[in-house]
Amino acid sequence: MNEFFKHLRYVLTENPVTLVAGTLFMMFVILAVFGPLIVPYDPLASNASRTLQPPSWDHWFGTDQLGRDVFSRVLVATRLDLAIAVSAVAISFVLGSVLGSLAGFFGGWTDKLVGRLTDTIMAFPLFVLAMGIVAAMGNTVENIVYATAIINLPFYARVARTEVNVRRNADFVLAARLAGNSSIRLLATHIYPNTLPPMMVQVSLNMGWAILNAAGLSFIGLGVRPPTAEWGIMVAEGAGYIVSGEWWLALFPGAALMLAVFCFNLLGDGLRDLIDPRRRT
Amino acid sequence: MNGSTKIRIIAGRLMQALPSVFGIIVVTFLLTRALPGDPAVYFAGPAADEKSIQQVRESLGLDKSLPEQFLIYLGDLVQGDLGVSVSTGFPVAEELWRRLPASLELTLLALIFSISVAIPLGIAAATRPNTWVDQVCRLIVTAGVSLPVFFTGLFMVYIFYYILGVAPSPLGRLDIIYLSPPPVTNFYTIDALIAGDFELFFAALAQLALPAITLGTFTLAPLARMTRGAMLQVLSSDFIRTARASGLRRSTVLYTYAFRNALLPILTTLGMVFSFMLGSNVLVEKVFAWPGIGSFAIEALIVSDYVAVQGFVLAMAILYVLLNLTIDILYTLIDPRVGLDS
Amino acid sequence: MNERVPVLSVKDLSVEFRTRSGVVKALENVSFHVNRGEMIGIVGESGSGKSVSALTAMGILDEAGRVTQGSINLGGLDVLNASERYLQEMRGRDVSMIFQSPRTALNPIRTVGKQIGDVLRRHGSATRQTVRAQAIKSLMSVRIPDPERRHDAYPFELSGGMCQRIMIAMALSCQPELLIADEPTTGLDVTTQAAIMDLIKELAKERNMATVLITHDLGMAADYCDRIVVMHAGHVIEQAPTEELFLKPRHPYTAKLMKATPHGEGSLDDIESIAGGLPDLRSEHLPPCRFSARCERHEDMCDMPALIADEVSPGHMVTCRRPL
Repeated sequence: MNEFFKHLRYVLTENPVTLVAGTLFMMFVILAVFGPLIVPYDPLASNASRTLQPPSWDHWFGTDQLGRDVFSRVLVATRLDLAIAVSAVAISFVLGSVLGSLAGFFGGWTDKLVGRLTDTIMAFPLFVLAMGIVAAMGNTVENIVYATAIINLPFYARVARTEVNVRRNADFVLAARLAGNSSIRLLATHIYPNTLPPMMVQVSLNMGWAILNAAGLSFIGLGVRPPTAEWGIMVAEGAGYIVSGEWWLALFPGAALMLAVFCFNLLGDGLRDLIDPRRRT
Repeated sequence: MNGSTKIRIIAGRLMQALPSVFGIIVVTFLLTRALPGDPAVYFAGPAADEKSIQQVRESLGLDKSLPEQFLIYLGDLVQGDLGVSVSTGFPVAEELWRRLPASLELTLLALIFSISVAIPLGIAAATRPNTWVDQVCRLIVTAGVSLPVFFTGLFMVYIFYYILGVAPSPLGRLDIIYLSPPPVTNFYTIDALIAGDFELFFAALAQLALPAITLGTFTLAPLARMTRGAMLQVLSSDFIRTARASGLRRSTVLYTYAFRNALLPILTTLGMVFSFMLGSNVLVEKVFAWPGIGSFAIEALIVSDYVAVQGFVLAMAILYVLLNLTIDILYTLIDPRVGLDS
Repeated sequence: MNERVPVLSVKDLSVEFRTRSGVVKALENVSFHVNRGEMIGIVGESGSGKSVSALTAMGILDEAGRVTQGSINLGGLDVLNASERYLQEMRGRDVSMIFQSPRTALNPIRTVGKQIGDVLRRHGSATRQTVRAQAIKSLMSVRIPDPERRHDAYPFELSGGMCQRIMIAMALSCQPELLIADEPTTGLDVTTQAAIMDLIKELAKERNMATVLITHDLGMAADYCDRIVVMHAGHVIEQAPTEELFLKPRHPYTAKLMKATPHGEGSLDDIESIAGGLPDLRSEHLPPCRFSARCERHEDMCDMPALIADEVSPGHMVTCRRPL
C-alpha cells in the first residue's frame, strides 16, 4: 500500500495535469450535490422582461429566450448529467462484471454466448443503437440510462472476461480450490477482486464517453424534456439562436459538457498510468 | 502467397460477417417488439378505435407467434422491404435510399479530412517525440475526444458564418440560389463536376466544408493517437535499423518501411472510428440541417415513427458491417502474413 | 589500394548517453582499426560497448547518444563531421552492417527481393529494368537455392538461417569495402551458425573486404578472425593478433576469459568465474581501470589517472598497469 502512495505521488508530480483533472472532478461533484442550493436564480423561472440578455454582472452567462438565468441552469444541470452517466456506467459495470467473469471463468458455451452478445452489440454503430433502444423502450430519462448502459456493456464484459480468464488457473486460485472453496465462491472472493483495478480504469475512461452519449441523445430530443435543465437539451435549445448571434445560450452548457468530459478523460489517463505504468503512451 | 489464397481468405471474411448481420436483424426485430404496451396501438395512431387497432394488428402480422413474425420480417428484408414510414407515407427503404448519398458524401469527406490531418500529425509526433509537435498532437488528441460534435458544429457556424461570414448558411446541401446538379451519383460535388459546373461544385463544397470538418475533428483524435503509437513502435523495430544501416533515404525509411507497417494497427482502429463517425453523423446532420438519413431518423423519432427508426438502425448497422468488411479485406491485401496461421 | 591503409580506423572515441537516471559513459578512448582483407573480432560481454562502437562508425547512433571526443575515418571519410546526406550515401555502398535475429531485422511485409532491390536502387547500381535480375544475382552469391522463387518470398516464409543469408546478400549487394557483422549468428541453431560464418569468411576473402565481427563468443572470434579486440565496460583493454592473444594474453580480464572458455568453447554470457558485474557506467567517478573492482591483481597504482594503452609487442596493445 505504501508503494501505491509512493507511485501515486510520483504520477501526480510527473503529470500535474492529473492533479488539475482531480480538482475539476471534485468541483463537479460539489456542484452536483449542492448545485441547486447555491444558484443565484430559480433555473425554471422565466422573466419576459429579460429575455436573451447577453452575459452581464447580474447574469454571468446571460439569459435565454424565456429570460431564465443560463448560469443557474448550467449549474443545476450538473446533477442530472452526472447522474445519468454514473447510473449508466454503474449498470454496465455490474452487468459487465457478472457476464464477463462467468464467461472467463466457465469458458465453453457460457463464453460463446456472452461473446456472441457483446459482438452483436458491437456490430452496431453504438450511438445509433442507443437511439434505436430509446425509441423502442420509450422516450424517458431512465431509458437513456439503460441505452447508454447497454452500448457500454461490451467494454466491461471484455475486460472482466480477459482478467478472470488469465487468473482462472493461477496458483493462488488452485490453492483456494484445494481448500474446498466452491466455484462461485472462488470466483467472487478470490478472482474477481483482482479484476477491479483494470475495471476502474475502464470506468474512468468510459465516463466521459457516457456523458457525451447521454447529452447527444437529449440533443436530438430524446429523454430529457424541456424545461428541465440539462446540458444537451440546452445546447439544442440555444442552437437556433447561434445564427442570429446569441451565442451564450449554447456556449455555456456546451462548455460545461466539454469540461466534464475532458476532466474524466484526463482522469482516466492518469488512473491508467497509476494502475498500469507500462501502458503509458 | 498467391492470389487464390487471398481470395479464399476474403471469402472467409465475408462468411464471418454473416453472424453479425443475423445478430443485427434479430436485434432490430426485437427493438420494435420491445415497444411498451401494444405495438398495434402505436402503429394505428392516436385516433384509432378498437376495430382499426385489430385491423392494424392483423395487417402487421402481430397476431402471429414471434418466430412466425420474425420469418415474415426476414422475408420482407430479403425483398428489400423495410415497411412504410408512418410519417411520410413512403416506403422506408425508398426514403433511406434517397437520403443515403447526402450522408455518405458528408461522411466520406469527413473521413478524408480526418485521415489527411491525423496521419501526418501522428507521424510528425512520432518522428519528433517530446518536442512541441508531439505536445500539440497530445493536446489535440485529448481535446478532440472531449468535444461534443454538436457543440463544435454550432461554434463553427457562429465563427465562420455569423462573425466572419465566410461560410454559407448552415441549411442543407446547397444554397437556395442554386439548382441541384443532374443526378448521376447523387453526390452533389461529383455530379457538379460531371456536369462541368465549377461554380456549383464550389457551392456544394462550401456547404459541405463545415459539417465535414466538424465530423472529422471528432474522429481525428483516435486516429492520430493510434498513428503516433504505431509509428513509434515500428520506428524502434529492428528492420528500421537495417533500413537506416543500408543508407535508404529518410523518406523511404519513413513511408515504404515504417508507415506501411504502422498502417496495419491503424486500419484496425478505423473500425472504431467508423462507429464514432456514423453515430456523430446524426448529430452533425441535425446541426447543419443536412438532409441525410440521420435527419430523417431524428424526424421519425420525434413523431414516434418506429418503422422508420428501425429501418434506419438496420441500414446504419449494415453500412457499418460493410465498412468493417472493407477494412478486413484491405488488411488481408496489405499484410502477407494473414492466413498463414489458419 | 594499399593493403596497409586501414579501411576503418577509430581513434580515442568517447560516447555518452543521456538517460533519465544520468549520463552513461558508454565508450571511453576507444581505438581500433581494420585493414583491407582483414577480419577482426570485437569481443566482450553485453554492455561492453561493442555495438555502440559499430553504430557510431556507421553514423546511426541513437539520438540519445553523443560523441564527446575522438575521430572515425572510414575509407578516407571523416564520419563524425560528415553530413547526414553524405553518410546515407555511404551506408550500404561503402560500409554495410548485418544484425542478430535476422527475421526481425527484415521488413515483415515486403518481399526480400524488393528489400535487396531498395538498396541496389538507392546506391544507383540498378535501374528499374535490371533491379530484379541483380537482386537475384545477389541471392545467388550467398548460395540461396532457387533464388528466382525466393526473391518473391516474405521473411516469415523463410528460416532464420535463410533470412541471415538474405541480410548478407543485401549488405554485400553494392560491393562495400567494409562489413560489420553484429552477433550475426545469435538466435540461429549451431549448424547454421557455422554455415553463416563460413559464408561470411568466404565472401570476405573473395572480395578482399574488411570485416568486423562483433561477438560475445571468444571461441568463434578465435576460429574466424585475424585479430581480436577485447572490450570491457566501454574500454578497449587488449588487442592482438589472434594467435598471440591466445598464447600470451597480457590483460588479467583476457586471461580470465580464456580460462572461463577453455578451448574457445562457450560464450561470455555464462561466465561466472569472473567475480562481480560491469561497473555502473553512470557514476561520476569511474576508476581509470574499469576492471579494477573485479581484478585480483588490483593495487593502489592502478587507481592513478591517465591509463593508456601500451604496445607490448608489435600489434599487441594492453591497457593495464600490471599486465601479466
